[in-house]
Amino acid sequence: MRDLLKDFSRTHEAKLMVVTIVLGLFLTLTTRSFATLQNLIDLLTSYGFSGMLAAGLLVVLISGGIDISFTATASVAQYVALTVANTYSVGWIAVTAIATGIGLALGLINAVLIGALRLSSIIVTIAMLNVSFGLLMFITRGNQIYALPDWFVNEANWVVYTDAAQTEYTINLQMIGLVAAFSVTAFLLNRTNIGRQIFAVGSNRDAAQRVGIKVFRIDLLAYGYLGLVAGAASLVQAQNAQSVSPNALVGRELDVLAAVVLGGASLAGGEGTVFGTILGVILLAMLQNGLLLLGVSSYWSQCFTGMVILLAVGALALEKRRQASTSGRVAS
Amino acid sequence: MPNFLELAGISKHFGGIPALSKVDLAIVAGEVHCLAGENGSGKSTLIKIISGVQPPDPGGRIVIDGKLYPHLTPAESTRLGIQVIYQDLSLFPELTVAENIAFAQHLRRSVGIVDWKQIATTASTTIDRIGVALDPRDKVADLSIAQRQLVAICRALAADARLVIMDEPTASLTRNEVDALLAITRELKRRGIAVVFVSHRLDEVLEIAERVTVLRDGVKLGTYDAKDMTGRRLGSLMTGHEYDYTPYVPDLSQAPVMMSVRGLCRPGEYQDITFDLAVGEVLGIIGRLGSGRTELALTLFGMRPSATGTVMIEGKTVVLDSNRAAIVAGIAYVSEDRLSLGLVLEQPIADNIVLTTLHRMANKLGLVSGEERRQTVAGWIAQLGIKASNPQNSVRTLSGGNQQRVVIAKWLATKPRVLILDSPTVGVDINAKDGIYAIIRELAAQGMAVILISDEVPEVIYHTHRIMVMDRGRIRAEFKADSISAEALQDAIDA
Repeated sequence: MRDLLKDFSRTHEAKLMVVTIVLGLFLTLTTRSFATLQNLIDLLTSYGFSGMLAAGLLVVLISGGIDISFTATASVAQYVALTVANTYSVGWIAVTAIATGIGLALGLINAVLIGALRLSSIIVTIAMLNVSFGLLMFITRGNQIYALPDWFVNEANWVVYTDAAQTEYTINLQMIGLVAAFSVTAFLLNRTNIGRQIFAVGSNRDAAQRVGIKVFRIDLLAYGYLGLVAGAASLVQAQNAQSVSPNALVGRELDVLAAVVLGGASLAGGEGTVFGTILGVILLAMLQNGLLLLGVSSYWSQCFTGMVILLAVGALALEKRRQASTSGRVAS
Repeated sequence: MPNFLELAGISKHFGGIPALSKVDLAIVAGEVHCLAGENGSGKSTLIKIISGVQPPDPGGRIVIDGKLYPHLTPAESTRLGIQVIYQDLSLFPELTVAENIAFAQHLRRSVGIVDWKQIATTASTTIDRIGVALDPRDKVADLSIAQRQLVAICRALAADARLVIMDEPTASLTRNEVDALLAITRELKRRGIAVVFVSHRLDEVLEIAERVTVLRDGVKLGTYDAKDMTGRRLGSLMTGHEYDYTPYVPDLSQAPVMMSVRGLCRPGEYQDITFDLAVGEVLGIIGRLGSGRTELALTLFGMRPSATGTVMIEGKTVVLDSNRAAIVAGIAYVSEDRLSLGLVLEQPIADNIVLTTLHRMANKLGLVSGEERRQTVAGWIAQLGIKASNPQNSVRTLSGGNQQRVVIAKWLATKPRVLILDSPTVGVDINAKDGIYAIIRELAAQGMAVILISDEVPEVIYHTHRIMVMDRGRIRAEFKADSISAEALQDAIDA
């Protein structure tokens, strides 16, 4: 029998976990507010949007593609859905249906351009980001929506516990969205047949076609799923921000990509885990939050984030090369 | 035994050019059948028709188990028990052995839930059925090529194969691994599964095959009893030429030493490499993949400096710490992987030939005269017999053999004294191989010293003067080419 613990300790996730724990301990010791319940709730709330998107993007990366356009997709979805909510008397169900429907549709357009026309996924999604975002800015003239329906603003958190100082601790839409996105993604990737087909397509597209996988269907699923998740995440973000601004989200796509890559997903496809992605998001959140708590300028924080990503990707590549050279020697 | 598969009058045209003309083929259930032919003979097209990837031209008949099909779809072909193991194996490197073997279970119902227990069971029973050593939990990316091939075979079995077609299965295997593959083939045969080997290197599989079908230029020459077939007869059938080689070793005892290598060592790659190379000599270095032969060649070309040891060219010690230094010292290297290392495929043939010598042709301003360039290129194209309609076409438009000649021309243009050829005939068909051998003989006769690295026994016996056998980083044995048989040399390599 293999030693499961030993197997795990060799994985990328294990190393990330160590780094995460060390960083967490460091921040606990050096700042007063990091390890408070309130800060953790704030973190979960403010990273709900990025975390959900990371879960969706993971699926696209595993399928061997890449998508840059999802922040623009989310912007369009939340603007349209909440404009409708402000104009007609509709509720959660309709708003969710509109936002996810728009996300799904834009994702499917990506998939058709990439899968059916065989265009490069990075070019297509950069172009789609500009098309969606440009149209949104043109039509809305960049106007924000400040007033959102009462039910949307107020009916999305549930107080669980109130402490002696009358501070309320809540479970909110952001946390639910986050947990739901990661659970559904994990289920899709590890427990469904089509989820395993996504891995196969990303691992070796030609071989996938040869064993009879309908590869285009996998493209539709992956990009469509990310679009749908982006639509849902856009509502989660708007609820947290309590307003909709057409240009608030675009620009955050690379942060999300960074978290997923940090979590061990390969840009070449076929590789990546939900657990790793969660760790990637946590690590990035801790870094940004920690630097803020330490009073470091936000420009430094941005620079620091970039360096951490370089470090992580470099370490991954080194590890790969080391493995390749040892297995090469065994083979000879 | 009944026929499992019968093809009658199968033709296929691509844009008016015939790839197959009225080919008939019958595969008996449980037989081992070789399909032989050069590159471009129509082998691959035939496989694609059997596996349903391409439809044949109308008019042909495909009969499987007595049932007639005008053409097959990939799904039908799989359902009828036809499994193709492509040369690239078509596995999913990021997934485990078990999942690769039992992948068909993921295809049954797309929205279905994965039954991991069932996948583990299918994988381990399949592995046990043919008794191979594979851990179902390993990731395929971590396996050797031979192990990956076993995974591919297990996958075919798990899909209830009745006919397994293997495309060039022995191309990247060592002798021991080939033997293991043959043992498994016998096991498949015993279970009534037909096996078709598709190859242009058939010596190894001839011994267990029952019949051989030979294709040439899209036409079937015939199906022969494997008992009556020899590698040589097969070669002449495939090419339409008789090639008759005899080892030829000139007397080089008076020839001055061109290169002498003393005690080269690079930890983990090779140790204690010492040899002399005479003017006009062709030295063969043979060894398995990973024996250190390619690493040694790269050292002599300055790309992997040795830890200790010296290299002298015509009595003068040279420091080979970069490929530039090696080129200056008069050493040229034609890599094994000509496509990735030797050529800029998209660039014109002419530019590729002069690439290494542009600095020598340049005038004071660093500009190259077009006329001089044209003459140089025309000279090499004529001398090496490169079949190119226009030197301005990209190298990609040439056949494998002609691409290899362009690489050789590129290096000959540097006027080397020592030419190192690493597996120059891999992926080149027999006609083109012969052209390359002729070039090597000609260069040696002109006084160049040549090192020919190879893993093909006949190649070194018939086309070099002296043979060194490398294994695990050391020179294990040395022979004169005209005093050793192919069998004895093979034994020395496997020792």
